[in-house]
Amino acid sequence: MSNRTLRAFFANRLAMAGMVILLLLVLGAIFAPILVPYNPTSTDFSALQQPPSSKHWFGTDQLGRDIFSRVIYGARVSLAAGLISVLLALLLGGLIGLVAGFYGGWIDDVLMRLTDAMLAFPFLVLAIALAAVLGPSLQNTMLAIGVVTTPVFARLIRGQVLAERPREYVQAAVALGSSDGRIITRHLLPNILGPLIVQVSLSTATAVLAEATLSFLGLGVQPPTPSWGSMLNDARGYLSQAPHMALFPGLAIFLAVLAFNLIGDGLRDALDPRMKK
Amino acid sequence: MFLFVLRRLMGGLPTLLLVTVLVFTLTRVLPGDPARLLLGEEATPELVAQIREELGLNRPILVQYADWLWGLVRGDLGHSIRGNEPVAPIIWQKLPTTLELSLFSLLVAIVIGIPAGVLAALRRNTAIDAGVTVMALSGVSIPNFFLGILLIYVFSIRLAWIPPSGYVEPWVDLQKNLLLMLMPAITLGTALAGAIARFTRNSMLEVLSQDYVRTARAKGLEGRVVVYKHALRNAAIPVVTVIGLQLGGLLGGAVVTEQVFSIPGFGRLLVDSVFNRDFPVLQAVVLISALAVFLINVLTDLLYAAIDPRIRYH
Repeated sequence: MSNRTLRAFFANRLAMAGMVILLLLVLGAIFAPILVPYNPTSTDFSALQQPPSSKHWFGTDQLGRDIFSRVIYGARVSLAAGLISVLLALLLGGLIGLVAGFYGGWIDDVLMRLTDAMLAFPFLVLAIALAAVLGPSLQNTMLAIGVVTTPVFARLIRGQVLAERPREYVQAAVALGSSDGRIITRHLLPNILGPLIVQVSLSTATAVLAEATLSFLGLGVQPPTPSWGSMLNDARGYLSQAPHMALFPGLAIFLAVLAFNLIGDGLRDALDPRMKK
Repeated sequence: MFLFVLRRLMGGLPTLLLVTVLVFTLTRVLPGDPARLLLGEEATPELVAQIREELGLNRPILVQYADWLWGLVRGDLGHSIRGNEPVAPIIWQKLPTTLELSLFSLLVAIVIGIPAGVLAALRRNTAIDAGVTVMALSGVSIPNFFLGILLIYVFSIRLAWIPPSGYVEPWVDLQKNLLLMLMPAITLGTALAGAIARFTRNSMLEVLSQDYVRTARAKGLEGRVVVYKHALRNAAIPVVTVIGLQLGGLLGGAVVTEQVFSIPGFGRLLVDSVFNRDFPVLQAVVLISALAVFLINVLTDLLYAAIDPRIRYH
């Protein structure tokens, strides 16, 4: 990315707000053991469903667990799920898109038909079905979300490769006798990085939301591991007595998803030459 | 027009065929034997073998697929393992509820999203524009189950205006039906409203800078006429595309919304089939949702012609 792009990105206040939220979440996730006042899974039956107080900042849940500690630990699950599933989709989709776009012909036809078929399903319906078949766990949730996100990257990268391939610098590399691998990694990849980074950011927002949704439905991370989605599911039963049980994990999901959306948007605007004032 | 629809439907056949392969693979080839999934981990091998025999799982996989596909062609979606009844009637019974929810959500999304997007474009780079942008992004980012829970807390628990959950068929009690649909429709429509607002804003900005808009203004047309008659109509095409593309997402969101508000629809059926390990139902629900997305795409194509007279289908 050029300096001008970076400057445009850093001048975007909304994108910077997203960066700050993301930084706080990442720090929270990394330093969770130091930051939290209580063990996120230890119960305290003398302090059930307490409202927020100086002792328990976000209150306690139906088993007397400290919600602040659980929300901080939940950031680990959420960020890991979001980032790893998108990384998986990027690798798988990248491979499919590069091969389809670079070699064309029947390989392209077969691969694109397959991605079309996958894109025919509503994202969440397919993710739920996959997670259900694989069985509920954090790994399987990531796998399900990653696979369902794959066609998005395959399509994007294929399109970019098709657009870049006929250009002179690629033709020059071909004429100089560079190998396919070298052309792909040295010439094509750096030139399609921009749209790719935007998509990674936006897809991570979707993936974080999908993980929370699967956990909310009981198909994701299993108890007692704290996950924002399952915390919200627990909270549903106690909404009239203890609304704080829903409020904090809900806000956490909202902020995490918002952060990735803000960053993705800011990057897209910074990379789009038409957006220059 | 008729020929176009026919050609469009035929053109989608290869993809739909692949969709059936994927759905079939999902439940038959992936780890996890349906018989074992049905019976649980502790089942005896004899029992598993017996169920496999009953479900026809020990026949060659291609035969099973062909059998299933032939059933689909005849409208037979298989047999529910739990309920011991055909799946197709269950689906037809649940589908209208989800359709109603989706249509109301779409209405909410359009009524909020399009005016907000137009307003933001007309007041570009003002506080109003920034406000709409932040609201729209928030709408896209808020998990619908969280929004649903917030609405239930405020309107059902605190204010006690609306019952927190349940469903009444519109032909039984229309007023009650609409009241109960209100919160779910807002819950499901908010994300789409955000997406529509953003696309309407960008599309309007592009159109407003065009020559014909300047000409319309120059010849002294009233501002409102220019905006609604000239600009919005042209800006609508990309917006319709986005709405069409997002309707599939609405179907996914309906799964969660129906769960939060205990609405006995198509989405609830999906979640129930997962927890009941009822794979024929799961298979059918996933397949029908893909088919729905496909039909929505065809409808979206047809809508273009209604908006833009330059587009004609032959």
